[in-house]
Amino acid sequence: MAERSRRHLPVARRGFGDLAEVEQGANSARRRAEGAGGSRKGPVRQGAGRAMDPAGPAATPVVIVAPRGMGYPRASMDRSLLPPLLAGPRRACLALADGTVFHGYASGGEALASGEVVFNTSMFGYQEMLTDPSYRGQILVLTTAHVGNVGVNAEDQESRRAWAEGLIVPDLSAIPSNWRAQGGLLERLDEQGVPVAWGFDTRALVLRLREAGSLPGVLVCGKELSRTELDALVREAHGTDGCDLTRAVARTEVVTWGTAPWLAPGEQPRKANGGPLVAVVDCGVKHSILRHLVGAGAGVVVVPPDTGAAAILALKPAGVVVSNGPGDPAAVAGVPQTIRELLGKVPLLGICLGHQLLAVALGGLTYKLRFGHHGANHPVRDMATGSVWITSQNHNYAVDPESLPERVRVSMVNLTDGSVEGIVAEDVLAEGIQFHPEAGPGPHDALGVFARFVWRCRGRR
Amino acid sequence: MPRRDDIRSVCVLGAGPIRIGQACEFDYSGVQGVQALREEGLRVVLVNSNPATIMTDPERADATYVEPVTAEVAAAILEKEKCDALLPTLGGQTALNVAVQLANAGVLSRLGVRLLGASVDAIRTAEDRERFREAMRRAGLPVLPSLTVTSLAAADKAADTVGFPAILRPSFTLGGTGTAMVYNREEYAKAIKGALAASPVGEVLVERSVEGWKEFELEVMRDVADTVVVVCSIENVDAMGVHTGDSITVAPALTLTDKEYQILRDAAATCLKTVGVETGGANVQFAVHPDTGEWAIIEMNPRVSRSSALASKATGFPIARIAAKLALGYRLDEITNAITGSTPASFEPALDYVVVKVPRFAFEKFPGAEDVLGTSMKSVGEVMAIGATFEEALLKAVRSLELGRAGLAPTPAVAALDEEALASRVRVANPDRLWAVVEALRRGWDVARVSGLSRWDPWFVRRVAGLVAAEQEIAERGPADRATLVAAKRLGFGDADLGRLLEQPENTVRERRREAGAVRRYRKVDTCAGEFAAATPYLYGGFGTLDEVPERRRPAVVILGSGPVRIGQGIEFDACCVQAIAGLREAGREAVMINCNPETVSTDWDAADRLYFEPLTLEEVLDVVAREEAEGAVAQFGGQTPLKLARRLAAAGVRILGTSPDAIDLAEDRERFSEVINRLGLRQPACEAVVALDEAKKAAARLGYPVLVRPSYVLGGRGMEVVYREGELAGYWKREVLAAPEHPVLIDRFLERAVEIDVDALSDGRDVVICGVLEHIEEAGIHSGDSSCVFPSVSLPLEVTAEVRRIVRLLARELGVVGLINAQLAVRDGLVYVLEANPRASRTVPFISKATGVPWASLAAQVCCGARLSDLSVADGVPLGVAVKMPVFPFDRFPGVDPLPGPEMRSTGEVMGMAETFGEAYAKAALGAGLALPLKGTIFLSVADADKPRATALAARLEELGFALLATHGTAAALGRDGISARQVHKVSEGRPHAVDLMVNGEIQMVINTASGSRAHRDGVAIRRGALEHRIPYVATVAGAFAAAEAIAALRRGALEPRSLQAWQSRAAALRPNGSRAASK
Repeated sequence: MAERSRRHLPVARRGFGDLAEVEQGANSARRRAEGAGGSRKGPVRQGAGRAMDPAGPAATPVVIVAPRGMGYPRASMDRSLLPPLLAGPRRACLALADGTVFHGYASGGEALASGEVVFNTSMFGYQEMLTDPSYRGQILVLTTAHVGNVGVNAEDQESRRAWAEGLIVPDLSAIPSNWRAQGGLLERLDEQGVPVAWGFDTRALVLRLREAGSLPGVLVCGKELSRTELDALVREAHGTDGCDLTRAVARTEVVTWGTAPWLAPGEQPRKANGGPLVAVVDCGVKHSILRHLVGAGAGVVVVPPDTGAAAILALKPAGVVVSNGPGDPAAVAGVPQTIRELLGKVPLLGICLGHQLLAVALGGLTYKLRFGHHGANHPVRDMATGSVWITSQNHNYAVDPESLPERVRVSMVNLTDGSVEGIVAEDVLAEGIQFHPEAGPGPHDALGVFARFVWRCRGRR
Repeated sequence: MPRRDDIRSVCVLGAGPIRIGQACEFDYSGVQGVQALREEGLRVVLVNSNPATIMTDPERADATYVEPVTAEVAAAILEKEKCDALLPTLGGQTALNVAVQLANAGVLSRLGVRLLGASVDAIRTAEDRERFREAMRRAGLPVLPSLTVTSLAAADKAADTVGFPAILRPSFTLGGTGTAMVYNREEYAKAIKGALAASPVGEVLVERSVEGWKEFELEVMRDVADTVVVVCSIENVDAMGVHTGDSITVAPALTLTDKEYQILRDAAATCLKTVGVETGGANVQFAVHPDTGEWAIIEMNPRVSRSSALASKATGFPIARIAAKLALGYRLDEITNAITGSTPASFEPALDYVVVKVPRFAFEKFPGAEDVLGTSMKSVGEVMAIGATFEEALLKAVRSLELGRAGLAPTPAVAALDEEALASRVRVANPDRLWAVVEALRRGWDVARVSGLSRWDPWFVRRVAGLVAAEQEIAERGPADRATLVAAKRLGFGDADLGRLLEQPENTVRERRREAGAVRRYRKVDTCAGEFAAATPYLYGGFGTLDEVPERRRPAVVILGSGPVRIGQGIEFDACCVQAIAGLREAGREAVMINCNPETVSTDWDAADRLYFEPLTLEEVLDVVAREEAEGAVAQFGGQTPLKLARRLAAAGVRILGTSPDAIDLAEDRERFSEVINRLGLRQPACEAVVALDEAKKAAARLGYPVLVRPSYVLGGRGMEVVYREGELAGYWKREVLAAPEHPVLIDRFLERAVEIDVDALSDGRDVVICGVLEHIEEAGIHSGDSSCVFPSVSLPLEVTAEVRRIVRLLARELGVVGLINAQLAVRDGLVYVLEANPRASRTVPFISKATGVPWASLAAQVCCGARLSDLSVADGVPLGVAVKMPVFPFDRFPGVDPLPGPEMRSTGEVMGMAETFGEAYAKAALGAGLALPLKGTIFLSVADADKPRATALAARLEELGFALLATHGTAAALGRDGISARQVHKVSEGRPHAVDLMVNGEIQMVINTASGSRAHRDGVAIRRGALEHRIPYVATVAGAFAAAEAIAALRRGALEPRSLQAWQSRAAALRPNGSRAASK
């Protein structure tokens, strides 16, 4: 099963101190069971972009097991559905920066999350979304009616843990049902200290965000706060603007990646051939990107975002991919410079944040969308061929087409709002794709992007 | 890519009469498609024999042919109208089959007609299971081991290859007719013969069964540029082995991870491409092993279907409309999503709610049929519900079914089952399985056991278990707990459910929960989970915080739909509702539609000004009326469902526009109605209402046998029977009365050999106009919905019809009808008897509208809003030609059931034939109904004693037409006495070779078999089933046989000329020199 939480677990984040004893008790039980490890308290996480814990494989796993004997109200128990709805004290509320407050129920213990509130309309793939590092700094609202119904499993992890600051859903299934399920979503998020709230009128929330645009907010679970206390927390909350979050989620070491895409039952693995080596600059990369590069025949090496161009070229890659990641592209340090130095030397593909960073490297600007694109149903047109792809999207920023220098061509556009979905700078062998061709979750319409890129790389070898 | 410009006129094929497996979803798709084509400036020629459809309203298309949907007729129309193209993908299997026949016969190429939507090759690949399987295999998609066989010899070998359990699927059949599941060789040997016979091409696919696997469906659209979108994923709660039309289904799929879903999505796209669906919609079905994830593609339909109608209503995405545009060459990204009005249709709807569909069955109509569900579809209709959670949607759907009990309340039959019988009821799919599951959980069976037996995914069972536990908790907490009420409403319990649990009246619960803050609010179905603003007011109710009901500009009138299609309340009421919407708009009102049937036109996103997709219960209707601050509600268009609600609505303070609830009661209550009849000095068959059996016996003796017995307040003649002897009365009592003892039983003197008449009239409370007087072709004793009728009357003297008109006018005025009224009368020996009056739109209104060219329901809606008939300048309806209506029966779906029409309605649909003469009109209707009248050969006669005097004339007529006659000994002897010779043949009980043997050998081309007495003789059953199973045209009455003879005579005179409704209208206008109109539009 997937790696347990690897970063310092902000224990205090889960509450206001009164749960500490219980949790520590739980921890010590766990420690006894594992015979190793220790509890480390991290700083209180009050919002994205500040005092981020350095994450990395070096961190000792700290696991918090939700105390089972607590009698937490759980959504959608397989017994009566009434008690959770009647559980007054276990309330949760989401306060938005514009003063709106939404109410629902807390699924774990007391907890607090702060960040930019975004909604995703995808009906499948909550595990992939939650483990997408791009959600760092964001409280994720899912609009699909039931979440948790298919549990969690190892193959659907998009990174080593869940990154969203908090999760808000209409309904949470405590007990999963799916042939691949290896555990429940709630247990998993409890372990990783992600606050979960359910029973929200997520549609009302979505319409609010649609009207007001992206807003910072605070999710308070399991504790009634006074309006003053709440307001204070909301004032502290902020969005991702100006935040470089890539270092908070990315790897810190060079890693060779060999895992191929998941195979459906009955599907034969494709023959691996010694394809070109692709270096992936990890700004918060999703496993699906790496898997599909392997699937397209590439050898993959993942490098941290601080790796310079010379160090990357020293690996002798036939191509470079700059990955997706969280935060404001305008605030990401170093990577645009690295890209600039790579331009023209190897074929380069930027995905999502990587696409935005490519645009910056090429001299373009990014801007913030009203409420971003988060879903699995956005139509994108490839300007060269006219084909339309249904794509998976997850971004709050976009590339301003007006800002791009002449040599950069807008290669793809979003058909719902006309925003830039792809750029090409042929003279420097670079292309950027705003959406997620690797899907995970979402349609596979654009998977060919990887094959095309690897083919380009192969030509260069 | 702009649309192709080589097409100026398109012929759209409809699906013909409503049958099980092919219901009103094709009216929805036809209406959307025709509208989409006309928007493009194309001339649209429509062919559909079903008069009860909205698509055949003359203003919907440029030329509307209410003619049989057959290759010959379509060819004649294509030629006559000089169509450039044919669009067969909106009319179900019927239309696809016709398209293939036209292509095979070379008609399309001869006339230069292009086939739109699907190529013949694609249709063949999708329909021919062997080709389909091969194509899938080539594309690398998993399919099940199977073999196609066309002979018994080949079938023997197939069993070895495929193994057991196996499923037999005849090629080219409707809704899986003749499909069977076999578990061993013996069963296989038995079933294969029937399966081969069921296929019109004598071809059967023998396939490994995946019974118990999970079943998923994807609704997919593809455009010329190869963009593919999945409109909706549908998960069947009932596992493989139950026809999807009979399964409880949910959308979106709830037990798939993204990776698994994307496998199916990719496979669906590949499937469309491989089959060659260039543009349009298709439905792809998958089976997934619940424990291993192993999967296989089961089938695909290269056309819009019942599932696509459901997907359309579930997502708001108008599949048929977009399919029509795609067929013209548009790409998805060039079509606007009509719901948002701003985003493109190249987009996959995102749902932020759960949709549950539950089928509605009619097994009670077919005694002798086992109520077990399998791979051949049995349900007659369905309901859909939208809820914030699976629980809420499920409870709403169950309420929508109108089963006469609250929510998950235990049915007496299920509650009485012992453990073993209950386990079997959970294990074997049947219409009550949901209640059996509930009962099992109530008895404390654990989820794993129930899930293991039912093969329902544990997730669904668990959620139902949660509801069962919640029910217990609600009951324990008691009525005083306000928080419980609020929580229970949020879970989806209805006020009536809570009333049952809390032992409180429904109204009290409603008041209390409203006080507690549980007020229903409405959200939009917007295709995008709120991401974009939606322009259309397509709403559903729930108990969230958000309310999205848009501002209203004009006074609103709520129109109550007809709910699920059932036998006796079908599509014709939806057609009336949709026409009434037009009338309400005409009257300056905003029409607010409430309905829960996903197959209908009325639940289309743009049919009404606002659509509330809600159950037609008191609770939900009251909440909508309150939220809309509606001026009132109209209850007379949706059949018996809204009529039953009308009084309770009025009691709750809702103004019922049109006929008042008291007037409704006056007509519905037999005693009060009898008083009216007496007051007016009219004649009625003597009648008594009784409660107990001994009373009934006495009453029947007083009235004199035969008597017509029925429970009061019924629909479609439910439980109605003609009883000839006292001995039969006890049996009837046991069958029909003890099951539902709450209503009194009515006993009427039965008028034997009377001519029945159906009259529809429209009254504004002062003036009354007669829409039409229909004469039944079969004698009294057959339910009016099941008898053929002709308009205008062909046999009644003018003074009788005048008397009938006078009586109906009197009745309408005396009852205080404002709007439509339907009266049924009988004429015997020149005397007119009133049988009953229904103060509402009837089943025959759409038929009369087509035959007179007057939109009666629309006019009635205006009258309900206060318009005067004189202002609307409406006069009595004048038939444009001779119109015949003929019913269509589902007997082929119910093996072992006697296909003899009787006083209980059992037909699912109807066709219309219009012509200059009765014979031609009847021939057209017969053709449309699939009654293939022979032009020569042998006719087999076996008539009841009472019919023998008239049999001679009939036989003489048949002989004159050149038929050889074959008769049972009794009938032959009777004919012989009158000098007509008929070859004699044994009845089944008299030894062999008997009549059925001759049928099997193809020596009989038509069967005329009439039955006497209420309990049909076993010999008769064998003959009738024999005819049905060997597809030999069969007539059950002498009157019907005379009509058939006229039709045969007409057919022998030459081909029937198809004529459009528009042509009939202009001809009628030309015949009226003074230019007066029957009615103004």
